[in-house]
Amino acid sequence: MRIHFKTSYEHDIRLFQDRWTLGVYAALLALAFALPYLIDEFYLGEVTNVLIWAIAGLGLMLLTGQTGQASLGHAAFLAVGCYTNTILIEQGLPFVIAFPLAGVITGVIGTIVAIPALRLHGIYLAIATIALSILADDIIVLMEPWTGGVSGKFPEMITIFGFEIERWTMPSRFYYLVLVVTICCTLFYRNLLRSPLGRAFAAVRDSEVSATAMGVHIARTKATAFGLSCMITGWAGALMGYYAGTFNNETFSIVISITLLMMIVIGGLGSIHGAFFGAVVVAFLPQALSILKDGLVGGGVAIPGLETGVFGMILILFILFEPMGIYGRWLKIRIWLELFPFARKDMFRRQKSYLKTERLR
Amino acid sequence: MEVLQLLVSGLANGCVYGLIALGFVLIYKATEAVNFAQGDFMMLGAFVALGLTNAQYLDLPFWIAAPLTISIMAVFGYLLDLFVLRHLFGQSQTAVVILTIAMGFVLRFIAGLIWGHEPQTLESPLALGDLQFGGVVLGMADVAVIVVTFLLTWSLYQFFQKTKLGLAMQAASQNQMAAYFMGIPVKRVQGLIWGLSGATAAVAGILFASKGAIDPNAGLLGIKAFAAAVIGGFGSLPGALAGGLIVGVIEPFAARYFAAGYSQIAPYALLLAVLVFRPHGLFSQVRVKKV
Repeated sequence: MRIHFKTSYEHDIRLFQDRWTLGVYAALLALAFALPYLIDEFYLGEVTNVLIWAIAGLGLMLLTGQTGQASLGHAAFLAVGCYTNTILIEQGLPFVIAFPLAGVITGVIGTIVAIPALRLHGIYLAIATIALSILADDIIVLMEPWTGGVSGKFPEMITIFGFEIERWTMPSRFYYLVLVVTICCTLFYRNLLRSPLGRAFAAVRDSEVSATAMGVHIARTKATAFGLSCMITGWAGALMGYYAGTFNNETFSIVISITLLMMIVIGGLGSIHGAFFGAVVVAFLPQALSILKDGLVGGGVAIPGLETGVFGMILILFILFEPMGIYGRWLKIRIWLELFPFARKDMFRRQKSYLKTERLR
Repeated sequence: MEVLQLLVSGLANGCVYGLIALGFVLIYKATEAVNFAQGDFMMLGAFVALGLTNAQYLDLPFWIAAPLTISIMAVFGYLLDLFVLRHLFGQSQTAVVILTIAMGFVLRFIAGLIWGHEPQTLESPLALGDLQFGGVVLGMADVAVIVVTFLLTWSLYQFFQKTKLGLAMQAASQNQMAAYFMGIPVKRVQGLIWGLSGATAAVAGILFASKGAIDPNAGLLGIKAFAAAVIGGFGSLPGALAGGLIVGVIEPFAARYFAAGYSQIAPYALLLAVLVFRPHGLFSQVRVKKV
């Protein structure tokens, strides 16, 4: 059992709690970098997919898990990131400039969208973002000269200072690119949480009234959260475009938005680990299901809606029995082991809250 | 004349949106939660009616099948609350939102398994015949939809304003704990409201299936009903109907007079405009609390 005796604020907010944690993450990182030598190309592609989903999950987690604003329209921002990146590269910008810029532009657009949406609470925000997600599809078709409309676009090969990266012919190079972006985004997220802004996000999530009393500007904080969240999502979108190899108006549909939200709930709201755990579930569920289906009813039998149906059932079970997601369960198991035999049953019980109307304010 | 025809067909569609929106509003009024699966409830109601009525399934007479469907869906709603939603008691609204979205996926999957993915039509006596009013052609089904919707909205409105149970439901949403102290069985009241909303969805489903073919994805209509509920102001029953009618009427007119590509945007653009300028809908219920 490790005991943390914190003697200063620096101690409280530092990146890794102690040497052991640092060691664990260093080992994980080393494993991630050695992965192309350990597994074959197909599974490397799948892992790349997991990482891309995890980046998108981090983006949404910042907004939903950290700031408490549910968005059902993040696929629209994936699309913005993807199209912006491709269009900028087509205009002749190099990848090293176009890719970060695509995220920044998505973030700016997200902030602009957020400003009217900020007056909305909970459900209204969710509905406004649903409308956004549906509109994105039509807007992409309407902006055909730029976006290629229904016929879609193909991203060009990535070139970083003459070094070529392509998803199909060089999967390990693409994997490293995604891995570097993932690490950058994770560090960005982690450091953001240690900053005053990150604390403000959590304050807004937990109680807007208390946050205002502590001097947090609610509207500005929410807009910033929306912008930063969209920025990360935009990068994920750009990578998704490269991963898919081709995309059009239907690639980033409302189903993607919903999947993204469900993913972070299954993973565990409000934690970085949650985004990664959720991404693993989302990326491997279709494979696992098709293997199971082949075993049970034989190959070739198509069951439409099976994936989303099973995904929905998993989600319902999680919300009912483990609202903290996979990460919450993992945390409970770990603490039980660490404290053995002193763990108590009610350690994680939270006080019941009672609902009050939002219509009287 | 053309305008009148568009208006009438828009009204009939709008009534279906309004009926689904009624289901949203019922649940929102009583539990402050939004049932994102309401459109899929409607789809399920339609399929249950279809399974009872159509010759290839149970082949019951329509006038027996319709009340049976409504009661089956009411029981379904009550049981859903009993076994699933009651466990979320005290969790955030976002949890309910995500749960109901997931439920929609599951319902769509189950309906697809039982009734298949081919569009089917309900063998309904409402679907027969047209009425002519000086050049305007009205389907019998459209008339039935409009009449039933207005009756249902009126009676639900009276129910919430006048009856003891309706008032208890409103109280339970405004302050759960205070409602408990006043002796309202909050949990049972919430179960009843889910049952009621299931019954409303069944009515919407039967009427929708009488108007045209349905398939398991018909529930996605729920998104338009959302627009209706928001435009009308969540929490107001006449508002839901009005919102439904607005969305329903805008659609055919946009399709007729706007360029292709812009027309399907119209309801959502209106939704966003309402959210930006009147965030709590046209029939807002939000008042500043006086201390």
